[in-house]
Amino acid sequence: MTKETLEAPVREKRDRLVLRFAGDSGDGMQLTGNRFTNASAVIGNDLATFPDFPSEIRAPAGTLAGVSSFQVQIADWDILTPGDAPDILIAMNPAALKSNIDDLDPGGLLLVNGDAFVDRNLEKAGYTSNPLEDGSLDGYRTMVAPMEELTKLAVADTGVKGRATLRSKNFFALGLVSWIFNRPTQPVIDWVNDKFGPDSVIAKANIASLMAGYNFGITTEEFQHLYDIEPAKLDPGEYTNITGNQALAWGLIAGAQAANLPISYASYPITPASSILEELARHKNFGVRTLQVEDEIAAVGVAVGASFAGHLGMTGTSGPGLALKSETISLAFQVELPMVIIDVQRAGPSTGMPTKTEQADLLLAMYGRHGEAPLPIVAPATPAEAFSIAVEACRIAVTYMTPVIVLSDGYIANSSEPWRLPDLDELPAISHPFATADDSEFLPYSRDPETLARPWAIPGTAGLEHRIGGLEHADLTGNVSHDPLNHEHMTWLRAAKLDRIAAGIAPLEIDGPESGDLLVLGWGSTFAAIRAGTRNARREGYSVAHGHLRHIHPFAPNLATVFAGYEKVLVPELNSGQLAMMLRAKYLVDVISYPKIQGLPFKATEIRQKVIDTITGTGDSEAGQ
Amino acid sequence: MTDTRYERSDFQSDQEVRWCPGCGDYTILAAVQNFLASLDVDKEDHVFISGIGCASRFPYYVNTYGMHSIHGRAPAIATGVATANPDLTVWVVTGDGDALSIGGNHLIHAMRRNVNVKVLLFNNQIYGLTKGQYSPTSELGKRTKTSPMGSVDQPFNPVSLAIASEATFVARTIDMDRNHTTEMLQAAYEHNGAALIEIYQNCNVFNDKAFAQLTGREERDANRINLVPGRPIVFGANNEFAVILDTGGARVVATADVAAAAIHVHDPANPDPSAAFALSRLSHGPYGPTPVGVFRDVDRPSYEAMVKQQLVDAQAQKGPGDLSRLVRSVGTWTVD
Repeated sequence: MTKETLEAPVREKRDRLVLRFAGDSGDGMQLTGNRFTNASAVIGNDLATFPDFPSEIRAPAGTLAGVSSFQVQIADWDILTPGDAPDILIAMNPAALKSNIDDLDPGGLLLVNGDAFVDRNLEKAGYTSNPLEDGSLDGYRTMVAPMEELTKLAVADTGVKGRATLRSKNFFALGLVSWIFNRPTQPVIDWVNDKFGPDSVIAKANIASLMAGYNFGITTEEFQHLYDIEPAKLDPGEYTNITGNQALAWGLIAGAQAANLPISYASYPITPASSILEELARHKNFGVRTLQVEDEIAAVGVAVGASFAGHLGMTGTSGPGLALKSETISLAFQVELPMVIIDVQRAGPSTGMPTKTEQADLLLAMYGRHGEAPLPIVAPATPAEAFSIAVEACRIAVTYMTPVIVLSDGYIANSSEPWRLPDLDELPAISHPFATADDSEFLPYSRDPETLARPWAIPGTAGLEHRIGGLEHADLTGNVSHDPLNHEHMTWLRAAKLDRIAAGIAPLEIDGPESGDLLVLGWGSTFAAIRAGTRNARREGYSVAHGHLRHIHPFAPNLATVFAGYEKVLVPELNSGQLAMMLRAKYLVDVISYPKIQGLPFKATEIRQKVIDTITGTGDSEAGQ
Repeated sequence: MTDTRYERSDFQSDQEVRWCPGCGDYTILAAVQNFLASLDVDKEDHVFISGIGCASRFPYYVNTYGMHSIHGRAPAIATGVATANPDLTVWVVTGDGDALSIGGNHLIHAMRRNVNVKVLLFNNQIYGLTKGQYSPTSELGKRTKTSPMGSVDQPFNPVSLAIASEATFVARTIDMDRNHTTEMLQAAYEHNGAALIEIYQNCNVFNDKAFAQLTGREERDANRINLVPGRPIVFGANNEFAVILDTGGARVVATADVAAAAIHVHDPANPDPSAAFALSRLSHGPYGPTPVGVFRDVDRPSYEAMVKQQLVDAQAQKGPGDLSRLVRSVGTWTVD
């Protein structure tokens, strides 16, 4: 075990650092990570986070199954990912150590809650000897703090009693880490007071533990090596730290506001989409109606009804819920009402790994309906971008009178990053004139010649009484029709909206050379790893570019032209190659699929290596999948 | 109803009505159209939402706003309509299969939430549109194409189900009795909140005369129990039968055998649903003495009124939504 025993603290300046907080799922690691992130955001670092937690709310304490972790990369430059491997690991118990130590870089800093390394916990984690004593951690700079003992002492005067005394030990760890990384404690104190009330016992205990941890860092000789990370040189502007689900919720509010429509958001709680419902429910003063209904099907049904009545109907779910909503989404498509459907994807099939991320609902979103029912699909690339993607979904839904699917995922939903606040006055105005009566006969399935949108005639409008329904209907009048040629005509007419949508999409932008050896094409949350991985490979001299699709259906109209510029096309996805299949089918391009199906995001190093292997023809990269 | 603005024809759409000749749906359609014409409600403020089934073709024939949706989901879709615009009068037209089988979940939740929708449940105890399979209200032992040896499914009693689902208004009527149907429509319309009317509707093709005990000239007097608010429950050609509530349930007795004071006086406004539930258990299906009329009619704030109130309260507390403040609500920092 190495110990830093210098006389005065050394302050090392680093341009970036990756920290991982790991502990039992009851230890409050997500909270600790989030507070550290927030304090880092406040001092202006760029950052990206990756929360990783088990689906069991409280797996048996101390076991490997119960380990919860939160990784954050902080930097003084514009970073993209939460980092591949941590430089610093904070382990609150033996199980957390065991399941994370292999990721820690050799020479990395390991901060351990020594009090948890007792026989019972070691046994639960599957250790036969104590790693703090058997030399197995010799390659790391290990620092052991008696966090539980010191927490107990720190909270002694706060009035907290019994088992609750140890609950604040995560704040002790946070205080200590705040000292090591020179983070301010005030934002944490403010948050605690705001959350629990300044007079509450919990607030007092948490703050006492926080300061005890911080002061322990100052007073003990063990922590003499400190790190400074300067504020990042981000684009000028005002920033906030935002998670993907928060950004989606705010984007929906912004999109509906741009369209001057009230929101009816109906949903059934499901991981990892529930926090969108929770966030929207907090903003009823925006006229947002949130309905927590009896099931997934009711949720989308309420959205259809609300849209019929002139609201922007919305629903949010994850893959299992999207499957349940399928029939009703087809109805919304058939009656041509606007709707926004959010699928925060998780690892499936079935319940799968609900807290782990995946991109495997793409083909479900694309084709998972009965009959011919093509729908627009958009996908955010980063947590912050979920805001503008939500606005875009609202724009397409209302402008073209169609349901729109937003494909987010668990990684985007829970991760956070700094978001430069947009100029809210420059949000697109979304036009949706409700139909009004005139002397002519009202034709509910007449169309705007440009968008092919049908008129939105809402109940309560005199003279426009009409019936819509799931039965096939005649063009223009909407009267029930089983005429064969009419059915074919209507099928193509509904599909033609996608072409009109494509015409309004910005061309795909490319990061890197416009022609060369390799184009890496991604979608959704793989953005950061692909961007970082391709840039790293390019810095090493490889001819590689990155294009990222925000519109999955329809694709950006210039995509065929983009393909023509490159020898090879590589498509990394967190599924078995679903986008690759779509691209092959549509463009006859021999794309190379790079699938990863582990419930984990890509690492930048994985992308970099795959890029090099693909260009040089080494490794097994040519195999495709 | 003379000085009304509307005629029945104002509520007839230009679509040809395509139920089987002799179907009970025709009489219900006529009753509803006449009733709508009698109301002082702009016709553009009515919305009819239906699911799938014979009954669910109904909206196509009513010249108001309407949606023929998908199987079982009408109560959910109607919840969306009613919540978005509480000024509308929202009707759900559904059948026994639509409401009680595939859509059972949505029905019970619409009831307990007290969404202000009027559910007209056409109960013919059979699947008509799919040509004659047993339904969730078909009697035990019913022989159909999918139950050649007789159904082994215990049927639902829709009135009991609605009362157990915290419904604030539950009634039963019969398609052939247009006056009574209209009376029930009026009562449901005047009720603030969810209302369910079970309408015994004859399917003359697949389940003819299912309700004969209540409609046949010979049997009806002995079997039809008219529930009248504030009145002792007696029935029969000469009121020779009465209903009493004792030992925790309701039962039929000879009027002559009990003291007048022992006869149950019907009170649909009783907040306690026990008596209404007991009355609903007098029959299980239209066999033997069966009550018709309003079982339950109590006041409770409607769902959409409470949803709307929360918006008002939120604005009063936080002011109108300000996007610029929202995006700054978790703290910001500035990079120069």
